[in-house]
Amino acid sequence: MNIFVCIKQVPDTEASLSVEGGRKVRESGLKWVISPYDEYALEAAIQLKEKTAGSTVTAITVGPARADGVLRTALAMGATAAVHVETDSELDHHAIAACLAAAVRSCGEPDIILAGKQAIDVDAGVLPLFLAQVMDLPAASGVIAMEVTDGLAKVEREIEGGARERIEMALPCVIGATKGLNTPRYPSLMGIMKAKKVEVKKFTPAELNVESLEPALLLESLSVPEEKAPGRVIEGEPADAVRELVRLLRDEAKVL
Amino acid sequence: MSRTLVFVETQDGKIKKASREALALALSGPVPVAVVTFAEDGADLAAGLSGVPTLFHVTGAGDIYQPDIHAATLENLIRENGIKTVVAAHSARSRDLFPRVAARVKAGLVTDCVAVNLEEMCAVKPVYSGKLLARIKVNAGVNLFTLRPNVFPAEIPEGKGIPEVVAVSAADVPARCRVVEVAAGAAGRVDLTEAAVIVSGGRGIKNKENFALLQELADVLNAGVGASRAAVDAEFAEYNMQVGQTGKVVNPKLYVACGISGAIQHFVGMKTSKVIVAINKDPEAPIFKKADYGIVGDLFEIVPLLKAELEKALN
Ligand SMILES: Cc1cc2nc3c(=O)[nH]c(=O)nc-3n(C[C@H](O)[C@H](O)[C@H](O)COP(=O)(O)OP(=O)(O)OC[C@H]3O[C@@H](n4cnc5c(N)ncnc54)[C@H](O)[C@@H]3O)c2cc1C
Repeated sequence: MNIFVCIKQVPDTEASLSVEGGRKVRESGLKWVISPYDEYALEAAIQLKEKTAGSTVTAITVGPARADGVLRTALAMGATAAVHVETDSELDHHAIAACLAAAVRSCGEPDIILAGKQAIDVDAGVLPLFLAQVMDLPAASGVIAMEVTDGLAKVEREIEGGARERIEMALPCVIGATKGLNTPRYPSLMGIMKAKKVEVKKFTPAELNVESLEPALLLESLSVPEEKAPGRVIEGEPADAVRELVRLLRDEAKVL
Repeated sequence: MSRTLVFVETQDGKIKKASREALALALSGPVPVAVVTFAEDGADLAAGLSGVPTLFHVTGAGDIYQPDIHAATLENLIRENGIKTVVAAHSARSRDLFPRVAARVKAGLVTDCVAVNLEEMCAVKPVYSGKLLARIKVNAGVNLFTLRPNVFPAEIPEGKGIPEVVAVSAADVPARCRVVEVAAGAAGRVDLTEAAVIVSGGRGIKNKENFALLQELADVLNAGVGASRAAVDAEFAEYNMQVGQTGKVVNPKLYVACGISGAIQHFVGMKTSKVIVAINKDPEAPIFKKADYGIVGDLFEIVPLLKAELEKALN
């Protein structure tokens, strides 16, 4: 199988962030990681490869030079090839989807394309579905269970109140992964060594003939939300503290 | 004349609160509003939509949500009616449907907005798991917004006349992403993303059975039950209950965190709650720096006391 995984580099989830110039995240001192949902996509891709002899897993990212790091991690986990669409521009999702589609096609016909359901930086949650539309493929995102047999993907997604949709799609298709799908592995030491030697295929968006369209979204500003003042700890014997808490919730906070 | 289209979801024949919030926003905007519903009995909504000129009632889409058919139907509706703006609640449904529609019509789409200005066509949305806020201007021919529940007012001004109901046939396209079955979740459970009150448990709950304690407290408050990732990973709770960076982002008026330490990845998922209460036996737990009210103590003692006290207060 010709398996693709789209991944994105994001700041570590522990990081506290600040803004420079009114619309950019200050990058100095930040640690970068693969967006957590992309790890579920990667793990699913690698498991598929392990099940189907002769398969390849190509990891693709669109981003600046530093994003090479997530491709190395993907290779160390078990991806067999990597493509970096290198750009410093802020692309909107239509353009990113176009870059990813062109990068996939540069490697041949896909059987399945996986991605995280959402990158935890822009938090838009649209990319898998945009990519599918650009490539004219069926897609499901927010997938928590998946089984691929005989050219058919059977997946499940969770909707409201814990209800689940069971979905069937013919391959090739696009799948947006979420937590619950699997437990991502850690890269092995040997994997890390091997990953260093892999040559990553590089393109610019222009080389992939992705025209620079008028962006659909313009980022005007980024800001740090106001933090509310720390509250108070209610002292006293448990029964008294609880009584006081309920009074405060009712009379002061007015939320009961 | 351009129109703002509101995609509404219903439950028991009524427009859901989060959808009413989207409708109220659209009605406050500069252009006339049309509502679209895929509900079978959707034409009946007209009576409650005074002030809205048009209600598009989609028929023939089948009784379960088929993403490709719904998306193509909305695409047609947008193209045929010169619609420039579409709004909806940020829900499980719109999270799936709106990106599909946006990709088809090459629209600008801002998901999970906490502020929208329909005159200037810009929106504010939390990014980086809410660590930052982005102000985004939409710049496409058609633009879509989904609104975070419980942020926008839901009061709909009284208007004149009821809408004209326009029947729309569902698009005749194949369902390539085919939903073959919808397995129901546990009955009567409050959905976290729209819940007004949430009681959440962390590793401090110690096991799955003890979550019943939180459910009892939740029942008194008509609340949803959430969990930290530690509780989910230890299989005390299901993933659909996880609140935080890699779980649900919730926005209730009251969030009660029991046996949760307050890690940043949890906090970003619930920090916009109007009031946060923390119950934790460790006075140094970071959650106390973030909570409006805290009680230092054993949750197994505090939670039953709280339940009893609330029962008294609420009756
Ligand atoms: C990429 C990534 C994504 C993540 N995403 C999420 C996410 O979405 N959501 C999330 O929640 N976490 C997330 N985490 C995990 C997060 O970092 C914390 O590990 C997690 O939130 C801790 O859960 P906890 O507070 O239940 O457990 P702990 O940190 O172990 O805290 C348990 C607390 O319970 C208290 N306690 C114990 N017994 C009692 C008792 N009897 N009475 C009262 N208090 C008691 C303890 O004092 C302690 O403060 C993520 C981490 C990473 C790296």
